[in-house]
Amino acid sequence: MTKAGNDRGFVVFDRVQKSYDGETLVVKDLNLSIQKGEFLTMLGPSGSGKTTCLMMLAGFETATHGEILLDGKPINNIPPHKRGIGMVFQNYALFPHMTVGENLAFPLEVRGLGKSQREAKVKRALDMVQMGDFSNRRPAQLSGGQQQRIALARALVFEPELVLMDEPLGALDKQLRETLQFEITHLAHELGITTVYVTHDQTEALTMSDNVAVFNDGMIQQLAPPDVLYEEPQNSFVAQFIGENNTLDGTVKEINGEIAVVELDGGELVDARPVNISHPGERTRVSIRPERVEANRDRLQEGVHTIKAEVKEFIYMGDVFRTRLKVAGNDNFIMKTRNAPDQTRYKPGTMIEIGWLPRDCRALDLPQAG
Amino acid sequence: MAQADAADIAPEMQTERNGRLTTADGTPLKAALRRAERRRKFAAFLLVTPLLAFILAFFVFPIAQMMWRSVDNPQVVRALPQTLEALEDWDGETLPSEEVFAALHADFMADVGRPRAEQVMGPLAVRLNYELSAARSAITRTSRQVADFQPPYRDEFLDAHRLWDNIELWRVIEREGRPLTSAYYVAALDREFDSDGNIVLRDENRRIYVQLFIRTILMSAAITFLTFALGFPIAYYLSILPTRYANLLMIAVLLPFWTSLLVRTSAWIVLLQQQGVINSALVAMGIIGDDGRFSMIYNMTGTIVAMTHILLPFMVLPLYSVMRTIPPSYLRAAKSLGARPSTAFRRVYFPQTLPGIGAGGVLVFIISIGYYITPALVGGQSGRMISNEIARHMQQSLNWGLAAALGTMLLVGVLVLYWLFNRLVGTDSLKFG
Repeated sequence: MTKAGNDRGFVVFDRVQKSYDGETLVVKDLNLSIQKGEFLTMLGPSGSGKTTCLMMLAGFETATHGEILLDGKPINNIPPHKRGIGMVFQNYALFPHMTVGENLAFPLEVRGLGKSQREAKVKRALDMVQMGDFSNRRPAQLSGGQQQRIALARALVFEPELVLMDEPLGALDKQLRETLQFEITHLAHELGITTVYVTHDQTEALTMSDNVAVFNDGMIQQLAPPDVLYEEPQNSFVAQFIGENNTLDGTVKEINGEIAVVELDGGELVDARPVNISHPGERTRVSIRPERVEANRDRLQEGVHTIKAEVKEFIYMGDVFRTRLKVAGNDNFIMKTRNAPDQTRYKPGTMIEIGWLPRDCRALDLPQAG
Repeated sequence: MAQADAADIAPEMQTERNGRLTTADGTPLKAALRRAERRRKFAAFLLVTPLLAFILAFFVFPIAQMMWRSVDNPQVVRALPQTLEALEDWDGETLPSEEVFAALHADFMADVGRPRAEQVMGPLAVRLNYELSAARSAITRTSRQVADFQPPYRDEFLDAHRLWDNIELWRVIEREGRPLTSAYYVAALDREFDSDGNIVLRDENRRIYVQLFIRTILMSAAITFLTFALGFPIAYYLSILPTRYANLLMIAVLLPFWTSLLVRTSAWIVLLQQQGVINSALVAMGIIGDDGRFSMIYNMTGTIVAMTHILLPFMVLPLYSVMRTIPPSYLRAAKSLGARPSTAFRRVYFPQTLPGIGAGGVLVFIISIGYYITPALVGGQSGRMISNEIARHMQQSLNWGLAAALGTMLLVGVLVLYWLFNRLVGTDSLKFG
C-alpha cells in the first residue's frame, strides 16, 4: 500500500497496469479509491481502458501489475465467482432458457439457499424493480427496458456490496434511458451499495454519479464530482469530452493570480483562469462553455476583454437559441442563450461583441497534435 | 408553407355498413389485401416450382411407388382367376375337388396361349416361391406338361408335381389370391402364417430382420453418441476461437466431405485390418502378441469407427453454428452471480447448445440408420445394417416386395422418431447451420 489514503477506500486500485499483448499498456498506472456507498462512473471514449478496469475488478481480466483491493483485501487471485460482486452486462446476459424467476434464483441457488428463502428474495428483488408480475416470463418476451430491470434485480438479489454496470443502458431509447438512470441511482443510494458504472455517455455520467472518473488513453484524466468536472475541467481532453465547449488557441501573455491574459493567434486578447499553465509565453487552449458566452455588455464586469464575433447562423431550438459565431478565425464558436422575451435573435452577418467572466474561461494545455 | 386540412391529418376510418374495414375507395380491406398479395404469392410459387416438380417426380413418386409395392400382390389374381373362383367353396382342409383342378388347367392353358412377354406363370412361380419353397419348380414343371393333360386333371397335376398334393400350396394360393397382401410385412417382421392362417414367429434360426432393425438402431445411437462426444469439444473450441483460426480449423473438420467416401472407407481398412497399421504398430511395440491382433474391421467395430468419422461434420456444423451465437457474457454473468465454472457451463452454457445437439443428433441418427456403403464395405457379418439387407433383396434375391416392406418400415420408423423428437424437444428450436 503505497498511499495511505488508498487504504480507506472500499475498492482500491493500487498502481494497476494492464497489457494484452506485452507491447502496449491498455491501463497505465491506475490509482483509484472508491468509498463505500459511492456511485462512481468510469467515463471515456471506447478504447480508453474503462471497461478493462471494470473487467479486472470483476475478475474476468487479470491485472498485469499492481493490486486491486476490495474491502481491504487483495482480490487479484480470487476467481470471479468468489468475489461476490453483482454485475449488470451491456446486453443484459439474461439466461434465455430460464424464466425471469429462475434467472433471479440462480445466484441464490448456487449459494445453496433453501427454496422458501429463494422465493422470498426473488420476490423482493422483483418488487424492487417493479417487475413483480413477470416472474414466469422468459427474457425474450420482455422489452429492452424490462430486461434491463430484470438484469439489475438479478445483480442485486444476492445482496452484493459492490455492483458493477457495463454500459447497461446503451441499447435503450433516450426516454427509457432517462427513466432508468433515475431508478438505478435511486436504488443504489437506497440500498447503500457501492456502484461502479461504465459508460461513454457523458450525460449519463453527470446525472447519475457521485464521482466521475474520466478515462482516456489508459489513464484517469480527472476524478471529480459531476459539477466540478463540468465547470472546472482539469485539462483540455476533459473540457472537450464533457459537454459542449468552444476552444481558442493562443499564447499566455501575463498571469495575475486568478486571471491570465491570453493573446489569441489572431492577436485578440481574452481573460481566462489559468488551470494548467504556469508562465507567460506558454502555448495554451482556452475553453469556454457556450452558455457562459455573453453578448450583453451590461452583464460583464468592468475592464474585461471583449472580442469581435460575426454571426454565421442562428438556430431556434425551443428552450434555447444557438448562435454560431466566427470568433478569431474559429467559425464553429457556439453561443447558447436562453429563450427569454428580451433575448435578441441575431441575424446572420451581424457583427457583435462577446465576452465572458474570467472564471468561466479556462486556459488549459494544448494537446499534442494527432 | 404547407397546408394540411383536418381530413389529411386524421382520416376517418372507412367502414362498410356491416362494419368491416374498407379502403378509401370502398373495396373491403381484406379483398384489397388479397389482391395485393396475389402477385407476390404467384412469384413465390414460380420460384419453388422447379424444385417442387423435381421432388415430386424423383422423390415423392418413387417413394409412393415403393410403399405401394410392399403391399401390391397382382401375380396370383392375374395368373389364376378361374382357379380362385373355383376355390371359393373349398373347405381348406382336404385336397380341392376336380372342378378346381379343371379351372387350374384352364388357367394354365390360357397362359400358354398368350404371347411370351405377357405370360404370367413365371411371376406366379416366383411369388409363390416366397411363401413356399419348391413352388417355383411345381409351376414351371407343370406348365411344360400342361398342354398334354387329359381329364380328370387332378391326377395329371398330382403326377406332374407332388406339391399339388400339398394342402399348404392351396392355402397359399387362396391366401395370396387377393390384390393386396400383408405377406411382405409379415416376413419383414420375422413372422409367417401357420396352417390355420395365424401369424406366428418364425423358427429361431430364420429370424433376421427384427434383430437387424434393433442392431441398426443401436449402432446408429452409438454412432450418434460418439459423434457428439467427439464433436462437442471441438465445436466449443471452434466457437471461442477468433474467426480466422476457426475457419482454418473448420476446413479440417470438413475435410471428410471433400474426400471420396470410398477412399475414406478404404483408408480405414488399411488402418484397422488384422495386418493393418494399428495392429502392426501395437505388435511392434510389444503391447499385443502377434497372435493377439484385434479384429477391428469387417465387424461392428469397423462400421462404427468408419461411420463416426464420416458423419462427424454433421454433428459439428450444427453445434458450431449454435455455439457461435452464444455470447461469452452468459458464462461471465453466471460466474459473476457466484457459479463455479463447471456449474456455469452445466447450467447456463450447455442448455443453450441443446438446439444444436438436437439438430446434430437427428441428422446423424437419421443418416446412419439408412447408411449403406460403409457397412457394406467394412461391416462384415456383424456390422451389417438393415439397408444392406434391403439392397440384397433389391439386387440379388430380387424380392422387391420384401425390400419395399423393409424400406417402408425404415421410413416409418424414422418418421416416428422425428415425431417423437418433435414432441419432446420441438423441431422449431432446431438449428442446422
